Amino acid sequence: MSELDIAGQPPVSLDIVKYMRKTRGGKIKTATKSKSNRAIKITLFVLLALTIYGFLTFDYKNVDIAKAMAGTWNNVKVLFGQPKLTYGTWGGSLKALFVTFSLGALATIFGAIIAFFGSLLCAKNIANPYVANITKSFVAFIRAVPTILWVLIFTVAAGLGSVAAVIGLTFHSAGYLIKAYAESIEEMDEGTIEALKASGASFWQIVFQAILPSSISRMTAWTFLRFEINFTNALAVGAAAGVGGIGFDLYMAGNHYFDLRELGYITYIVVAAVILLEMIATKIKATVR
Amino acid sequence: MPILEFKNVSKVYNNITKALTDISFSVYEGEFVSIIGPSGSGKSTILRCINRLVDVTQGSIIFDGHDINKADKKEIRQVRKKAGMIFQHYNLVDRLSVIENVLHGRLGYKSVMSGVIGHYTEEEKEKAFQILAMLGLTEQAYKRCDELSGGQKQRVGIARSLMQEPRLILCDEPIASLDPSSSKIIMDHLSDINETMKITCIANLHQVDVALKYAKRIIGITAGQIVYDGPPEKLTRSKIYEIYQSDEGELITDVK
Amino acid sequence: MSSKQMDKTTEKAPRPNNQTSVFVQRKRTFTLAFLGVAALFVVSAVVTNYEIIGGLESIPKAVIWMAQHFVPNAKAWSRLPYILSKLVETALVSVAVTVCAAICAFFFSLLGTKTTRTAPWIARIVRIIAAFFRNVPDVVWAILLLFSFGQNILTGFFALFFSTFGMLTRTFIETIDEVSASCVEALYATGATSLQTVFNGVIPSSLPEIVSWVLYMIETNIRSSTLIGILTATGIGYLFDLYYKRMDYSSASLVVISIVILVIAIEILSNKIRKVIM
Repeated sequence: MSELDIAGQPPVSLDIVKYMRKTRGGKIKTATKSKSNRAIKITLFVLLALTIYGFLTFDYKNVDIAKAMAGTWNNVKVLFGQPKLTYGTWGGSLKALFVTFSLGALATIFGAIIAFFGSLLCAKNIANPYVANITKSFVAFIRAVPTILWVLIFTVAAGLGSVAAVIGLTFHSAGYLIKAYAESIEEMDEGTIEALKASGASFWQIVFQAILPSSISRMTAWTFLRFEINFTNALAVGAAAGVGGIGFDLYMAGNHYFDLRELGYITYIVVAAVILLEMIATKIKATVR
Repeated sequence: MPILEFKNVSKVYNNITKALTDISFSVYEGEFVSIIGPSGSGKSTILRCINRLVDVTQGSIIFDGHDINKADKKEIRQVRKKAGMIFQHYNLVDRLSVIENVLHGRLGYKSVMSGVIGHYTEEEKEKAFQILAMLGLTEQAYKRCDELSGGQKQRVGIARSLMQEPRLILCDEPIASLDPSSSKIIMDHLSDINETMKITCIANLHQVDVALKYAKRIIGITAGQIVYDGPPEKLTRSKIYEIYQSDEGELITDVK
Repeated sequence: MSSKQMDKTTEKAPRPNNQTSVFVQRKRTFTLAFLGVAALFVVSAVVTNYEIIGGLESIPKAVIWMAQHFVPNAKAWSRLPYILSKLVETALVSVAVTVCAAICAFFFSLLGTKTTRTAPWIARIVRIIAAFFRNVPDVVWAILLLFSFGQNILTGFFALFFSTFGMLTRTFIETIDEVSASCVEALYATGATSLQTVFNGVIPSSLPEIVSWVLYMIETNIRSSTLIGILTATGIGYLFDLYYKRMDYSSASLVVISIVILVIAIEILSNKIRKVIM
């Protein structure tokens, strides 16, 4: 039965046995005792436990899940199957789309400018470690506040409108891009900066002669990625804070007119725009590299 | 009867790139064959056709009595467990222990479920330790593979293939990523396995001198065609030149 | 000999020329890019009626306003237990959503990776479905689900579920293809079946990356669930919206502070875990 006898192999000798680790049942162990594997197991276990605990304690308010699911499925069919504009117009939707696009663009541009200088303050290879830590903590704080809350806070301070939306979106963009840009700068070749420092170049000379040229392509890629995110964020903010754009149209169609067909029509426009943006971003990323 | 037979094998990738053209040769039990040739000449493809990691376009390959091209899923498993393979980049599961990687060689013998949950018999584990001892790796048994040096990783690769109790070992550039001293250790082990265990070896090698030193038979391949097949002693300088210089010839035909 | 010299000169001559043209071209690209961005800026500002000066002025105004009104007072502190209960609920929803979506996305992504050798058309369909769920904004799902589920915790749950599922499926496919391609080939070569290869090769080698992505999605989902909460009147987002609309800014500020602490705590914890598992 045993196929395991390769010709000429001696039986297990004692000095091999010495290296074997055994379980309590006397079986030979195979796994490593690595910290990382244990950490993964614990993390997964805790996440699973929290999930189960969550499901057990959520307040479902006696919703009939089966019925609600069936209803949602019907709504999905109407939404994607019979899109139709009743309240809005095709031109109006396009204009609203353009407003959302512009909100995203403004926030990205402001965010990129702030982030460029911010990243110089926190990239490990050029910044003072003390300043870097302070900047990083500040950025972590900025990013921890959800975008929508920044928008709502600025709505009170600056009034409802594009200013509140753009500034709210800018906070997060800047925070995100500072981290990304700093990483791009950190990835650059150590020697280049050192050589320029040795030749007596000033800080700004180093920035514009060495850092910018060598990390501009990565930075551009990150910026476009952020632009895609900002577009969807502008949409969400439009819906939840009522600052306009196509997000607001979505909100009106769904929560005001209760018109699934209108909602479907606008959704198609939005999805088309998002896919188009993604394609453009991929193209630009390819040419930049 | 040969253990492996290539009959007029051709391989075309994506209907355009010709990798192999009309390859025929036989390998007999216990041989140590080295395939040499420039990169991109089709060496890897030959090895991967034998265990059906790559499907051939034309011709037939007979290994251990199976017609590889006509084999169904079950038969392919049968074939693969009898043909061990070692790779240039070792292809180990880096985060698992050495012993777990060696035991992977038994997966072909297991039912799907016991393979999935990683259940191995004590006999198999002891066998794995014996093989590790033979290759001088017992002390590393419980280390994670990413803690090993390149030479050690390749020895784990050899151990994994031996665990399969193969009739044939396919070596795809086994020493291309190793330093000279580790390379020597690996080649010595392969040659030892070939001689004492009578396991047939087919090794793709980049370095002609290594091939000449270890192999009992050389197959020279250029642009997907065999240009030399014979003992190392008869491989003349001009033949080597033909095998490697035909790079240029290939370029010219490409231009046309 | 003379021909060699000729070669050298012809070889050398174009170089400086080339170099200047590279510089000129780079300069041109930069100028074009700059002009493009500037034009985009102007057009965007016009379309959205954005006042640049008003915008700049609003920042100090907002800071002053926040310092005066956006500070928790005694009444706000008395609401802390309620706020915390909603915060915990939101955090649990985010974890539950991410875990459920990750489990589904993992099995789904196995159909889409090269490592399992599924038919190319299946992989293609998987990618299209993932792209669909990723590109339909969660706002749409939230509004849609509101019709049947009403103001319910499940509305937020499913709204986040779909976009998380789409996002994670794509990420998992990329991660698995990148991390485990080489060991997968070796396992197939030993005669292992697809399922054995997944459990012995794909999972052990890609699990750390996958866990890292799951942690990242939990962070993201906590932030997103605030927004979804405002739209669907659930969780911590609803609570903020409630206080905000009542102009009870002190309580609203306490909500923001609690969210910030939660998000930062999770970020720190995730980074610690990442350091150990990678």
